[in-house]
Amino acid sequence: MARAVTTQHKTIATVAAWIVALLIFFPILYTIITSFKSEQEAIQGFSIIPSGTFESYSEVQAQSGYFKFFFNSVLLSVGSTILALLVAIPAAWSMAFSPTKRTKDILMWMLSTKMMPAVAVLFPIYLIFRDTGLLDSRIGLMIMLMLINLPIVVWMLYTYFREIPGEILEAARMDGASLWNEIVYVLTPMAVPGIASTMLLNIILAWNEAFWTIRLTTTEAAPLTAFISSFSSPQGLFWAKLSAASTLAIAPILIMGWFSQKQLVRGLTFGAVK
Amino acid sequence: MKLRTLTLGLLSASALAFAAHAESITIATVNNADMVRMQTLTEDFTKANPDITLNWVTLEENVLRERVTTDIATKGGQYDVMTIGTYEVPIWAKQSWLLPLDKLGDDYDAKDILPAIAGGLSVDGKLYAAPFYGESSFVMYRKDLMDKAGLKMPDAPTWDFIKQAADKMTDRANGVNGVCLRGKAGWGENMAFLTAMSNSFGARWFDENWKPQFDQPEWKSTLQFYVDLMKADGPEGASSNGFNENLALFQQGKCGMWIDATVAASMVSDPKSSKVADKVGYALAPDNGLGKRGNWLWAWSLAIPAGTQKTDAAEKFVAWATSKHYSELVASKLGWASAPPGTRTSLYANAEYQKAAPFAKMTLDSINAADPTHPTVKPVPYVGVQFVAIPEFQGLGTTVGQLFSAALAGQSSVDDALKQAQDAATAAMTEGGYIK
Repeated sequence: MARAVTTQHKTIATVAAWIVALLIFFPILYTIITSFKSEQEAIQGFSIIPSGTFESYSEVQAQSGYFKFFFNSVLLSVGSTILALLVAIPAAWSMAFSPTKRTKDILMWMLSTKMMPAVAVLFPIYLIFRDTGLLDSRIGLMIMLMLINLPIVVWMLYTYFREIPGEILEAARMDGASLWNEIVYVLTPMAVPGIASTMLLNIILAWNEAFWTIRLTTTEAAPLTAFISSFSSPQGLFWAKLSAASTLAIAPILIMGWFSQKQLVRGLTFGAVK
Repeated sequence: MKLRTLTLGLLSASALAFAAHAESITIATVNNADMVRMQTLTEDFTKANPDITLNWVTLEENVLRERVTTDIATKGGQYDVMTIGTYEVPIWAKQSWLLPLDKLGDDYDAKDILPAIAGGLSVDGKLYAAPFYGESSFVMYRKDLMDKAGLKMPDAPTWDFIKQAADKMTDRANGVNGVCLRGKAGWGENMAFLTAMSNSFGARWFDENWKPQFDQPEWKSTLQFYVDLMKADGPEGASSNGFNENLALFQQGKCGMWIDATVAASMVSDPKSSKVADKVGYALAPDNGLGKRGNWLWAWSLAIPAGTQKTDAAEKFVAWATSKHYSELVASKLGWASAPPGTRTSLYANAEYQKAAPFAKMTLDSINAADPTHPTVKPVPYVGVQFVAIPEFQGLGTTVGQLFSAALAGQSSVDDALKQAQDAATAAMTEGGYIK
């Protein structure tokens, strides 16, 4: 009887999970379906059976040149993540293993910068970029993306590092390990799952960042967010083309997320149950 | 071997010399059909100007507006040519943010630009942006449904006739709405339509002393008529409908009438995208017998920011893209119906264009009927038919648009919406120093 109830509960939970997952995924699925429709089909109301045309994809590629934007997206998301980790690992190490009475305040202050609307600092940032010649440059945008995601990266790493027993690091010190060796050879290997999930999440955040990547670029450094934006039209129905552009922009990160979902979930739930 | 090395060296040197000489200009634009078409035809320009390369930045309209405003206000110098509208031109020209376009070449024929459009893009008699395509607004209607209703659309209808026709054409059982109008909030969305409509009711945004006028009976008549008309004969969820949503409804045969941009005519009459392509008629925007019609005036135009370092190349490009030659180029490749409308007198005198574009005469008449300096019945201190050309208008127009959209959605009454609009406008004008 108990087993039957458990099985029933599991079935209900599975069905509920599938329904929720499908509801969440449906907008993306419908975007993909619409991308295989003609423009006329796309405006004809709800339909999940496309004619299967690739017309929109070829037009999108011919109109904008996808690969240049794709290359920039890869470079910016990976580059900003590496930069963020280089800064965040020592910072999180320091806060986790040598906390002061101000550590919590510093962490809260870092997080509070995420609460400010980005548009509030648009002009100062734009002027700094203009004066330093960083407008429309990949390195400038990489630094920007690193800075806006840094609070989350530090917070995540801090949480993971706190799970690592300080005694292990002490033992390493007793064995004569330098600070560098302690971080690189003891702490980092132990925190690999946490670092990996932080890295993956940061790549996703950087890939999807649209405010700064559109406003600080023109032609050279523009990533896929600018590519999608270029297909939105105030006067004209280009829904199929817009859907094709969106599908092309999200496909790489969707595939990456799919293959790394185990690491992502593992990292995100690391230390959650104690 | 030596000869090969020498040849390679010479070729490399020539390439370097060419590269050093080549100038690259960046053009910011929107993703409208005419703009996209221009990008596909630029080979004609680069062939004639091999020393100039073109970089395109295409953005959604609101993002583009924000991007170019930021860049021009900070003198960022990211763009050499900007696509802007009749709202920005007078404001930016007065700030000295734009270069006057008085060196577009001897064969440019600036006098050929439609006077109403040229007037909207000029300050103190100087042209600050060259129109790429211009538009007014008019009535697009289904001839078959009008016949079925036993009515005949006059060339210049009144609002009362529109109401009568909408009532008769509405057939909810078959999904036909008598009239489709903009309801989506935004200074360039519902407020473009409602401001133009209010002109024909004798309303105005401000009196001669910049005092807001939403508390006057003309605005009450305008908004009440609009809300009543849309409730009786408009589509469901009209408060979310902008140009694109209404275009989709009309093309699918779900609107008896649609009052919107003249540029939509080529879209609703295109059999590739419209189910009702062969059934569309056109008429001037309605009036109320007060001497002003409810039509607007807009032109997407190319301007050169004062901060550019590449003035000559930018001028050459603007001259090419807005020339008579460009219209002929489009016609030769895609037919006269695709030529950018609403900019040049010569286009409307062209018999081939008139034949290919049945909406040509009505478009021209609509453009000519709009007067940005005298937009409504009573005198006003501002320029602009469907907008007020002051920097505060973007924010204020959108706020008022949200209030009116809420009234259409039934979330507030017409009286409440007008009262709140009056308060918002008074606060904005006081803050801006226009009134005390």
